[in-house]
Amino acid sequence: MDSRGVVITGLGVVSPIGNDVAEFMESLKSGKPGVRYIPELEELKFSCCIAGVPQDFAQIREKYFTDREASVMTEATAYAAVAALEAWKDAGLEIPNEDSPVDWDTGAIIGTGIGDMETIAQRIVPMVNDKKVRRMGSRIVEQVMNSGASAKVSGLLGLGAQATANSSACSTGTEAVAEAVWKIRAGLAKRMVVGGTEGPSPYTWSGFDAMKVLPRKFNDRPETASRPMSATAAGFVPGAGAGILILEDEQTALARGARIYAKVAGVHVNCGGQRNGGSMTAPNNQGVRRCIHGALQDAGVQAKDVDSISGHLTATFADPIEVQNWAKALGVAPGDFPLINSVKSMTGHCLGAAGAVESIAAALELHHGFLHPSINCEDIHPEIAPFEEKVVRKYTDYPELQCLAKASFGFGDVNSCLVFTKWNA
Amino acid sequence: MELQQVFDKMVEILKPFVKDPAALANADKDTHLIDDLKVNSARMVDIIIESEDAFEVEIDDDEADSIETIGDAVRVIMGKMDPIANPS
Repeated sequence: MDSRGVVITGLGVVSPIGNDVAEFMESLKSGKPGVRYIPELEELKFSCCIAGVPQDFAQIREKYFTDREASVMTEATAYAAVAALEAWKDAGLEIPNEDSPVDWDTGAIIGTGIGDMETIAQRIVPMVNDKKVRRMGSRIVEQVMNSGASAKVSGLLGLGAQATANSSACSTGTEAVAEAVWKIRAGLAKRMVVGGTEGPSPYTWSGFDAMKVLPRKFNDRPETASRPMSATAAGFVPGAGAGILILEDEQTALARGARIYAKVAGVHVNCGGQRNGGSMTAPNNQGVRRCIHGALQDAGVQAKDVDSISGHLTATFADPIEVQNWAKALGVAPGDFPLINSVKSMTGHCLGAAGAVESIAAALELHHGFLHPSINCEDIHPEIAPFEEKVVRKYTDYPELQCLAKASFGFGDVNSCLVFTKWNA
Repeated sequence: MELQQVFDKMVEILKPFVKDPAALANADKDTHLIDDLKVNSARMVDIIIESEDAFEVEIDDDEADSIETIGDAVRVIMGKMDPIANPS
C-alpha cells in the first residue's frame, strides 16, 4: 500500500453530453457532440452563436431540490451540487441529513473560472443602477462569491476539513484535483470532494467572443464546431457544466472496501511567469513542459510508460504547440508518442469545469479500459500530421491502458498536469 | 384587512423560512421569529421584502429592525395599512 496514495472513488458530472456519469460515458464512447445553436447569442449579435450547455438540467435539479431551494441557487452552484451528490453516492457514501455530525475528515475544493456573471448582469447591476439595493434580498452574496458552489456542497454533506474555491482560468478544474491531492497527502483530510463548475451565460462568453477566439463560421453546423487538432479549427466553443470527483487516501478507501476507479499518481501545477513567449493569453512552453515533467516525476512514472494523453486541446492555434510540448516533454518521436484525445471535441470548453469533467473521462477510461474518440479532426492540422496515427478518432477498446496524463492550461500562463494510473487491486 | 387576516398571511409568508412547520402551526403573536421559529437571521430581509410585496406597503429599515415576533410584524404592517392605528 502506498502511504501517500490518493485514489478516485466517486464521480459525478453535469455536462453538455450528459447529466450523469452513465450518460456522459455513453456519449464519450459514441463520440456524441454536445454543442448546440443558442438563439439568444444570435439575438445579442454574438459572432459565435453556439455553445455546449447541459440539456434538460431543470428536470435533474428537481430530483434533488425543491423549487424554493433551486430558485436561490445559481446554475453553476446547482450543477456542482447535483454532481457532488451523485459523486458522493457513487463512492458508496450515504447522503447525511441536516442534523448529522460534521465530517471533519472530508473537505471540498470546487473551483470556477469566471464566477456567476448571470447574477451580476441580471440582478446586481440593474438593481444598483435603479437604486434598489434594499430590494436585492439576502442571497446575492452567496450567489456571486466564487466559493458559492463549494459552500453549498459542504453544507449538503456536512464537510468540515475545508470548503474553498480555486481559480486559475481554464486550468481551474485540474488544479483543484492537484490541490486536493496535496491536502490528503499532507494528512489534513482523508477525503476530498473536488472539481470545478461553470454556469452558462452570454455575459461570461462575451469577452471571449470579443477576443475573436470563438468559432464564427459554424453557427449552422454546431456539432462540427469544436475541432481540436483539426486543420480547420477556428476557436474554442464555450461550454458549461460541472465535474466532481471524490478523492480518498488509499488506506481509507481500502478500509471501507470502496470501488476504486483509478489512482491519482502524480500532480503538478506551475506558471510560466509570462516570460519566454508566455503572456496573459499564451503559454511559456518551458513552463508547460516543466509542468508535465513535474507530474511524471511526482508519479514516479517514466515518459515511455504514458499510454494516453487527455489534452487541453481546445481547437485554437495552440493545439499544435501543445502537441509539440507533450512530445518534447516526454522526449519521444511521433512513432512512440502516446495516444491522444480531446473531450472538448464533444463538450466544447467548460472553462473552470473543463479539467474536472475531463478528469472524470480519464478515470472512466482507465477503469473501463477504453479511449474515447476525438471528433471533428478528420482533417488533421498539418503541424500535428506526424502524430496522426496517435490521434484517437474512433472508440478504442484498450483494456491494457495503465497510465494516462491529463493537462490543462489557462490565461495567466498557468499550467496543471495530473498522472492517473489504473488501479490494480 | 382584519388583524387575523394579516396574521394568517404573515404565517404563509414565513412558511418557506421555517425549518419546523409544526412550530409555525402553533404560532401566536408572541412567537419569536428567530428564537422560536429558527428563521436564519440573514433571511429576515427577504421576509421584509415578501411582506412589502404581499401587503403593498413599504417597511423602512428601523421598522424592520423592530420586528422580532409575528405580532411585531402584524403591528408594523397594520400601521402601514391604516395610519390611524399607528399615529406615530
